[in-house]
Amino acid sequence: MKVAFYPGCVSKGACPELYVSAKMVAEPLGLELHELESAPCTGAGVLSEQNRDLADALNGLTLAMAEAQGAELMTICSTCQGVLSDHNYHLKKDEVRRDKANATIADQGFRYSGTTTVKHLLWMLFEDIGIERVERAIKRKLTGLKIAPFYGCYILRPSEALGLRERPERKTYLDRLIALLGAEPVEYRGATKCCGFPMLTFNRDKALAMGGNHILEAKDKGADLLVTPCPLCHLNLDGQQPDAARVLKKDIGVPIFHLPQLLGLAFGFEPEQLRLNHHVVPTKGALEKVELKV
Amino acid sequence: MQFTIEVGRYNPEGRYAETAVPGEAFPAPWNASPARRYQTYTVELPQHAVVLDALIAIREYQDPSLAVRCACRSAICGSCAMWINGHANLACKSKLESFTKDGKTRVESPPSMPIIRDLVCDMKPFWDKHLAVKPWLENKEPVPPPDEEYRVPNAAMEELIQEVSCISCSACLMDCESFAVNPDFLGPQALAQAYRYVGDPRDDKTKERLGELSKAGGIWDCTHCFECVQQCPKGVAPLEQILKLRKLAVDAGFTNNPGTRHADAFADSVKHSGRLNELTLMPKSTGLFNIVGQLKTLPSAINMARAGKLPPLIHKSIPGVERIKKIFQRVGGRFK
Ligand code: FES
Repeated sequence: MKVAFYPGCVSKGACPELYVSAKMVAEPLGLELHELESAPCTGAGVLSEQNRDLADALNGLTLAMAEAQGAELMTICSTCQGVLSDHNYHLKKDEVRRDKANATIADQGFRYSGTTTVKHLLWMLFEDIGIERVERAIKRKLTGLKIAPFYGCYILRPSEALGLRERPERKTYLDRLIALLGAEPVEYRGATKCCGFPMLTFNRDKALAMGGNHILEAKDKGADLLVTPCPLCHLNLDGQQPDAARVLKKDIGVPIFHLPQLLGLAFGFEPEQLRLNHHVVPTKGALEKVELKV
Repeated sequence: MQFTIEVGRYNPEGRYAETAVPGEAFPAPWNASPARRYQTYTVELPQHAVVLDALIAIREYQDPSLAVRCACRSAICGSCAMWINGHANLACKSKLESFTKDGKTRVESPPSMPIIRDLVCDMKPFWDKHLAVKPWLENKEPVPPPDEEYRVPNAAMEELIQEVSCISCSACLMDCESFAVNPDFLGPQALAQAYRYVGDPRDDKTKERLGELSKAGGIWDCTHCFECVQQCPKGVAPLEQILKLRKLAVDAGFTNNPGTRHADAFADSVKHSGRLNELTLMPKSTGLFNIVGQLKTLPSAINMARAGKLPPLIHKSIPGVERIKKIFQRVGGRFK
């Protein structure tokens, strides 16, 4: 299946392990990735806050690029998913906004007519690829691991633009996937909460406490690791975890996996191939539970 | 139909009982209080019953010691907001059937608020914040004579319908992620109210209000998690109002804050390379001359570098970046 692949800035910046592992799992999933190399950043909601027309035009351009390829647009980041969904929702519905965006990108030879579908890899697993195919790709069951899902706000809220009204099951995909891969999903309140990343530059200590509290709750419920479909959550939960531990004056030490890394492990790739040795919080303990080494 | 309700009951060992001084603000964090006690009840009600029907049935016929607050029973007075299955909702607006999970419904007071008893939380933090934004008009001169109305264009008030719909139930604050870690944060309800007055053409203190709201605890302390938009039973969408305030504040010149620096640095990076440059974003947002702030971020930068997770030192542009620059110029406005 051909998809217009939108990797997002972070997978090409501070989280190269996400980019590498997403490309790796594409083949066993039967995905043919056509990367939108010249698509711009979504603006992560920061640009639309101060200049909505600009964010409409930038995201309209990306949506138009996918439309020209005649393929669904696939994201691997909850934040990219949220922002693209939001603009797509409005550009499809609101002719005035669409015309305005089109007037801006027309100079560059682009036009968006409103037919692109934007889907996170997580959604595609269930809605396009199908769980039978995912099951067939499994070479190594993750039995024995207790895994806490961490969705990231923008893949869940606001539910309207994300199509959760029509497809409420999207709120459970990560839990279901964990079980499908043979591990045990951990139920905890933090799963759908905020990692604190958007506040990291404004109010550092509070942002760290926010993310840290959720990891501690999962740890309390026995989680060996957290898995997230959002690299920005990963930056806060993994990259800043030692600092969060300092702020909360508690020991944390829970590794955070990207969604494609977890898939990759189940599909039989080695931890080094998935760059699980390039995390701030060591993944060693969790991997040993499924008899793997880094 | 039979429904099973699990009610979070008042725990006399709780911190509130130990340290509360009547009439005084309760010391945060409230969620540090000992675990509550859950009590299970079974009630027989018609299929269309709401959670509040069950609670009233319990109080009237099974257990008169259960404390629950309600008045209108029709989503108008805002007194019955509580946690239902872990999220803030109006008990009188939530159908029992759709809130039944694994054969039961759990109701409790949200741990983000001080508890008075059972399902009755202390609304003091909520009202303190509400008052802090001066939720009244500061009249613009000339004030019309007493026998005349203050006329405003219809369209201007239509802009504010969303904010005016607030019933002060506190559902948004109960589930606010920022408030959970930062008791000083004004919170979604108060900020949505602030916009209601900032956006009112009769108000004379727009600039002063925006200045106040740009300070610590104000509009830049929101973490943008959309919980308030999701939980509000009246469609006020507080986050959307907070974002409007951020834009108005920046336009009014209140730009010496990390929030504005972050947005500017973000836009600059996208304009010049099409992508986000994580390497310069953090230091630029903190303020290049904010030495203390810069030092605070240093340990995690070192951790990231050690793990091989630092973004490439030479920031690469996307192909066709000229196109992006032209889009920025053509749209104009702040990031041009
Ligand atoms: S009882 Fe009035 S809002 Fe629920």
